[in-house]
Amino acid sequence: METEKGSLVLSRQFEKVNAILEKYSHNVDNLIAILQEIQSEYRYLPEEILTYVATALQISPAQVYGVATFYAQFSLEPKGEHIIRVCDGTACHVKGSLQVLKAVRENLGLKEGESTTSDLMFTVETVACIGACALAPALMVDEEVYGQMDEEKVQQLVEHLLGEGEKVDAV
Amino acid sequence: MNEKIAKKVVVDGQEIALNGERNILEVAKKANIEIPTFCYHSDLSVYGACRMCLVEIEGRGLMPACSTPPEPGMVIKTTTSRVLQARRMMVEFYLANHERDCTVCERNLNCRLQSIAASLGIDEVRFGEREEKLPKDTSTFSLVRDPNRCILCGDCVRACKEIENIGIYDFTQRGSRTKVEPAFGKKLSEVECVYCGQCSVRCPTGALVVKSEVDNAWKAVLNPDLMVVAQIAPAVRVAIGEAFGLPPGEITTGKIVAALKKIGFDRVYDTAFSADLTVIEEAEEFFRRLQKGERLPQFTSCCPSWVIYAERNYPFYLENLSSARSPQQMFGSVIKNFIYQVENVPLEKIVSVSIMPCTAKKFEARRAEFVHNEVPDVDMVLTAQETIRMIKTANIDFKQLEPVPFDVPLGAGSGAGVIFGVTGGVTEAVLRYAYERLTGQELKEVEFKGVRGMGSVREAEVDFDGRKVKVAIVHGLANAQKLVKDMRSGERYYDFVEVMNCPGGCIGGGGMPLEYPDYQEVLRRRAEGLYNADRLSVVRKAQDNPSIKFLYEKWLKEANSEVAEHHLHTHYYSRRRISNEMIRIQEAQSAQKVDIAVCVGTSCYLKGSYDLLQELLELTKEYGVEDRVSVGATFCLEKCTEGPNIRINEKVFSGVSKDNLRQIFEEAVLSKLVAETH
Repeated sequence: METEKGSLVLSRQFEKVNAILEKYSHNVDNLIAILQEIQSEYRYLPEEILTYVATALQISPAQVYGVATFYAQFSLEPKGEHIIRVCDGTACHVKGSLQVLKAVRENLGLKEGESTTSDLMFTVETVACIGACALAPALMVDEEVYGQMDEEKVQQLVEHLLGEGEKVDAV
Repeated sequence: MNEKIAKKVVVDGQEIALNGERNILEVAKKANIEIPTFCYHSDLSVYGACRMCLVEIEGRGLMPACSTPPEPGMVIKTTTSRVLQARRMMVEFYLANHERDCTVCERNLNCRLQSIAASLGIDEVRFGEREEKLPKDTSTFSLVRDPNRCILCGDCVRACKEIENIGIYDFTQRGSRTKVEPAFGKKLSEVECVYCGQCSVRCPTGALVVKSEVDNAWKAVLNPDLMVVAQIAPAVRVAIGEAFGLPPGEITTGKIVAALKKIGFDRVYDTAFSADLTVIEEAEEFFRRLQKGERLPQFTSCCPSWVIYAERNYPFYLENLSSARSPQQMFGSVIKNFIYQVENVPLEKIVSVSIMPCTAKKFEARRAEFVHNEVPDVDMVLTAQETIRMIKTANIDFKQLEPVPFDVPLGAGSGAGVIFGVTGGVTEAVLRYAYERLTGQELKEVEFKGVRGMGSVREAEVDFDGRKVKVAIVHGLANAQKLVKDMRSGERYYDFVEVMNCPGGCIGGGGMPLEYPDYQEVLRRRAEGLYNADRLSVVRKAQDNPSIKFLYEKWLKEANSEVAEHHLHTHYYSRRRISNEMIRIQEAQSAQKVDIAVCVGTSCYLKGSYDLLQELLELTKEYGVEDRVSVGATFCLEKCTEGPNIRINEKVFSGVSKDNLRQIFEEAVLSKLVAETH
């Protein structure tokens, strides 16, 4: 009994990945869809899982890596639970999106070169345009849009997101 | 009449009859026109990316010659103003992304980009240079990858995928940031590379080159206190001449010996001699297995790329690899264990250098099994390319050299040893020995034509004293993988299998001379050259080689003797890298145990799981329960956001830190052990 358990412990647990691979019948033609599902499960594409996927699909890890780096939608870095997308389209840029970005990063305590907080709660990105030019400068927290941001509003928003301050209304 | 016209095309005004040519490049070749190309190789898939081979076809405009099949009645022009303009522009684009410091490039004067630019008369590049400089990868003993010289032709990508089915490289990123690189931007030493250099054979520029040991070789030969002993592999004798204007396949053994002596090598021996040694040791090993009916099939082990591939991927076949060392390593061992005594020179003054067709031999020479007390049996491995460089540096007129014989007493190899350099050669050499050994009769017809040729898998059945023995010969790891798959599934059975990594065997090695319009033809002629060398040999069977008899008399006593086992055989290890199993770090001996797995996946690793692993090991020591707690590292436990995670028996603990580790250990591990003890 004890040894049976032991061997179970030793087997590598990739149940979710296996389920995804199963769903796409281990067909290499579905690689992009497989990667999309893995990313939505893990919020990024961990190296060891990509290697596992390559082995399972009988292609080289380099080929999987090539696909994963070709599309901007895939991330090879761990991403936070919440994604903050600061719009840096023309309108937002003119209205000071870079200060907004700086404020977001400072309030989250991100160091130079980091885009994800160490507790893996937040990832900060810039996007070209979110179609909210009238509300420039704007940003998105996951699916919610926040407009006419300034440093003070950013601070409030982050405090709220961290569960400290008051709610800031989304658009 | 109509039919006759229907089977012709016109190339630059010349009528050419079609005869199954696959593309316009092949048709143009018949008209003696060599259309430039970077990405076309007749044995690889057609990629059509480099656009150098554009030609103008009447009624169709510019078309790539590599991917356009000839159609009857086509009128093709290979040099029009549109064609020239397009080619020049393409080369300028390539040069915009390519380092332009040709004079300090390994491939200077031997580079397709350089020669095409020269033939097109490019005297100006109107575009700027790439600003970002990417780091070189010098991580292996065999190859250097310089991404700054890469022109993204994808030849290495396809060579590795199609010939070896390993697929080390692929295109990554996109647009202006596109690169060709290994998975996750890793170094070659960190991926599944077998160091064969087939990528560098195909690379049209200096992006993938042989890692040079020329500087060290010069230091050794120019040092009068050292005795530098060289061995020359079979394949290089029919190729080094190519760099000096001699045709591929011309036997230049004596000239190479002469050149090496002029350079300053003190002794020059023939690796064909140790190939003979391999024949005897490997064949005797095979007979033993055959008699006992165990560890069959026996796989050859001369090819270092095949060996490392098998160690990584076929743990179930490690016992089946012949324990006989490769000819290079056998000679290395003979030099460091026997020759220095004959020469009466202190061991530390002997430098053993091998001249090889192969980049993986550089790796093989550094394998821990072949280094004793920090002294390698083979100190340096020079590829044919590096040897050519040394001959040029020494200003030797190679063509005019008078042949010089190998040194005695271990100089000569038999014809059987010489054909080791071509696919099927090892098998043929073993058969020549086996026939006489098993039947007791003299082998009159020494040539086993059935095992020769370039077919990807060749089979033969030999009657050994009533026992039918099935042999197979395979070259290219992609072909070997298919063969192994069939053998595992029971579809095929063999007793003896020869595997060579490179197409054609060693004559197609990654360190051989480069740059040919028709590489396949070169391989064919090199193979012919080796068979000619065999035919010209006085001794054509390993067992008839007097030097071999001498060595057994003086040193080894008999095949597979204790001395031979110790100095000429080796052992193999599983080197599986992508493992489905946990990496076990501490194994509990007791039946009542607790299993701990620490996640070292990317996310947990970044959050310090490695420190936790160390700390756990210390905790087990502190509480004296090392024998009852198994500790291992696992990959993802699928709770990345809550990491670091550890799993104790079936339960996963998240958010583990140095602060709460002791508490978790006491509650989940110690309590369990105490409870079970009572």
